[in-house]
Amino acid sequence: MSTTTSPSPEACTNTYHDDLRLVRGEIDKCMKCGNCMAVCPVYSVDKDEMAVTRSKIAVAEAVLKGDLALDDPEVSAMVFNCLVCKSCMTNCPTKVGYDKIALGFRAALVRKNGLPWLKKLIFTGLKNPKFFDVAMKAGASMQGIAFKGDRKLKAISPRSPFAMVGGSFGFDADRKMPELTVKPLRDRVEEVVRPAEVKVKAAFFTGDSLNYFYPDAGMDLIEVLAENGVEVHIPKAQNCCGIPVLVHGDIDTARRLAMNNIDTFEATGCDYLVTGCGSCGGAWQHDYVDLLAGDPVYKVKAEYWAKRTYDISTFLTKVVAFRQPKGQVEAVVTYHDSCHLKKGMKVFAEPRAILKSIPGVTLKEMAAPDTCCGSGGSYVVSHYDTSAAIGKSKALDINQTGADTVSTGCPACMMQLLDNLSRHGQQQKVTHYISLLAESYRQEKATTA
Amino acid sequence: MLDRALVQQLQELVGKENVLTSKVELVAYSYDATADMPRQMPDVVVMPTSTGMVQQVVKLAKAHDLAIYPRGAGSNLSGGTVPFKKGIVLSFQRMNQILEIDTANLTAKVQPGVVIAALNSAIAGHGLIYPPDPGTVATATMGGSAAENSGGLRGLKYGVTKNYVMGMEVVLASGEKVRFGGKTVKNVTAYDFTNLFVGSEGTLGIITELTCKLIPAPKYRRAMMGIFSTLEDAGNAVAGIIAAHVIPATLEIMDNMTIRTVEAFANIGLPVDAKALLLCEVDGMSQDLVNTEAEAVIEVLKQNNCEYKAASTDAERDQLWLARRNALPALASLDNTCIVEDATVPRSRITEMLLACEQIAEKYGVTIGTFGHAGDGNLHPTILFDKYDEELTARVHLAVDEIFATALALGGTLSGEHGIGMAKMKYLGSELGQSGLDLMRTIKEALDPDYLLNPGKMVPLPEVVA
Repeated sequence: MSTTTSPSPEACTNTYHDDLRLVRGEIDKCMKCGNCMAVCPVYSVDKDEMAVTRSKIAVAEAVLKGDLALDDPEVSAMVFNCLVCKSCMTNCPTKVGYDKIALGFRAALVRKNGLPWLKKLIFTGLKNPKFFDVAMKAGASMQGIAFKGDRKLKAISPRSPFAMVGGSFGFDADRKMPELTVKPLRDRVEEVVRPAEVKVKAAFFTGDSLNYFYPDAGMDLIEVLAENGVEVHIPKAQNCCGIPVLVHGDIDTARRLAMNNIDTFEATGCDYLVTGCGSCGGAWQHDYVDLLAGDPVYKVKAEYWAKRTYDISTFLTKVVAFRQPKGQVEAVVTYHDSCHLKKGMKVFAEPRAILKSIPGVTLKEMAAPDTCCGSGGSYVVSHYDTSAAIGKSKALDINQTGADTVSTGCPACMMQLLDNLSRHGQQQKVTHYISLLAESYRQEKATTA
Repeated sequence: MLDRALVQQLQELVGKENVLTSKVELVAYSYDATADMPRQMPDVVVMPTSTGMVQQVVKLAKAHDLAIYPRGAGSNLSGGTVPFKKGIVLSFQRMNQILEIDTANLTAKVQPGVVIAALNSAIAGHGLIYPPDPGTVATATMGGSAAENSGGLRGLKYGVTKNYVMGMEVVLASGEKVRFGGKTVKNVTAYDFTNLFVGSEGTLGIITELTCKLIPAPKYRRAMMGIFSTLEDAGNAVAGIIAAHVIPATLEIMDNMTIRTVEAFANIGLPVDAKALLLCEVDGMSQDLVNTEAEAVIEVLKQNNCEYKAASTDAERDQLWLARRNALPALASLDNTCIVEDATVPRSRITEMLLACEQIAEKYGVTIGTFGHAGDGNLHPTILFDKYDEELTARVHLAVDEIFATALALGGTLSGEHGIGMAKMKYLGSELGQSGLDLMRTIKEALDPDYLLNPGKMVPLPEVVA
């Protein structure tokens, strides 16, 4: 695995990202039974066939047949009115790979019309990690101009002139977002964190959300790994996982990001790759393999890493058999299943096992814990009303449990839960489940010291 | 496309957000869950939220001679909601309120867009169930399933939708509204309108409210499975269970093709050379009674040369059900097109019907897996094929013709639970004869003389006949 090839997405061809006709097989699998309707979070709000996967597939068929134009604005509006939560895929009797159809379509749209200017600007930034890093830090130091802080929540809300403008897409004065940190996660730690006794080496793919929005959770993850004798590599050259650009059809950028990440992690010499975000982990487990399937060199590398990628919970339960925590953490916790973690990475039992292992933690399940929270990455900005309606229903389910803490395994869900609980909740704390385990280890030390 | 003035009138009647007109939106309402059906875009989709709105829309449609297609979740299997003659799709997805749950009378009053599973969730806390359970309970609506008179897995013991509809509000083709039936157990006032509109497939009137019967949820259940090396033994077991005076909640059968396909699909350890598999579940309010019935079923299974398994825990029960739950998904995964028929025969002829399906598959060189509700004589011959292969598709159509002819020859019927819609209309005469067809037309024309309501379904259009 030591071959160094400079990333060249141009060499990749023949995947459904490049040729829409390749999703025909997935389209044909759909029986139009409507089971997708039963679980679609967007349909639960819109109550309109347009939201439902089977209709999106019917429209895809019409486009492939030439009955509808790919760049009909209504077609693209429909294709993007989806959280890519994969709930429909989980409930599909014939296992239609709708994610492939959706991504194929979004990519075809971008090929035909190019990216809208705003997306282009943002994605160009992402492609250049150093520039992106500088921009995010600049944003962090200037966020006080547009946003006012909430010390207790570590959250920010838009200030008045900005709130008035932003109100139409959810950036009203009540909107809570995690504050941007001036010092991101990867600037806070050395590239290698080595515990006294090393049992195994693992590389930590932080993703942008843990790096810029929730660095404390990222630090907790590193601390938990070190506590369990894992030498943690946090390479500074890693960049965005690519999911945010992939779902908007920017295949070229997604491939560049994927290749750079693969090269960066190959250089660590680690056997395992650990993530703390369902979307990032899913990218390594599934999307890189699909994206790079047409490149003879990177195809093999992507497959290699797909098998070695673990969510932190599965790494702790299946690879290293984590040390049972002894420190008391008094909390009534309810666990929200992130869609990409449960429906993409199939991880749902392990985070619960970790929570149950913590002395003092009582786990109380909410109704339908695996119903989407409505975040969907940028969906929350592009379709704020639908996203907020889905988020509200999640907040009400959380209230029903009486839990004081909501835990999940995905930073994007954490942001959405933070905002919706601040509007409809009962001041519950929102946390990554790994932070509770880290807290227990810390309590243990504090009491034995 | 409708002219702008008419669209504007519709928007004034139901609200702008409840009128869909773009081409993409119309494509989304151009089909239902039926395979091998032509698609057709409507002119407009209207989503009313009250009976008053429905009446206004019907009057407007009548004035402009536009067809109306009432639609719930569009999950039917007979082409019942395809807007064949263009016009207005009247979607009830947003008229979905549960109006009342009456625990003293054991009834619920619902709007037609309520999803069956949503009603069951709402009444579960009261220890009640609404028993009709078509395969799509999680999406199918109360209005749609009443219009289709849907069945399901529990038909043998609990009956079908028509046994649970006690009263209705219906908007007629004239735009008038009529209410009949209600919460009383007995009601012989006037004609039995309820049974006229249940199963009318939206061709006689538009259901805008339903009063339905609820029953106490059975507290105990036990499931058993028998695996047979001959179809005859399986058929005898079905007859034996009924002869032992056990009425199971569920009595399902699968043929060899289905067993093999399920095993390849889900790897659950089924013997692939078995000729038939029976799944039986008994339920009731007392543990003793349920145990007695379960023992009786096991005794019958033992007498009929099968390998049997009985579940004693819920986890084991789920394991037994895995085979049945995977039947349709497994078969459907074999090719790009999957026709599910529901030809039904008297229970005593089920073995002959299963054998006939096997022979028809062989005769026409098509893939057919058959499973279904053995206790109801209601089989689902499921035909898998490549829709891009025209020659094969033609053979599939011949095989379907012969399946229906066989069901009728065995004293059965064209449809046990999916309805006639567009898919089976051409066979109606062979079951009902000319006088039956004439009676249907008399009823249709008495209630809907202009063929405004779901035209081209169940009753052929006049110009097609002439």
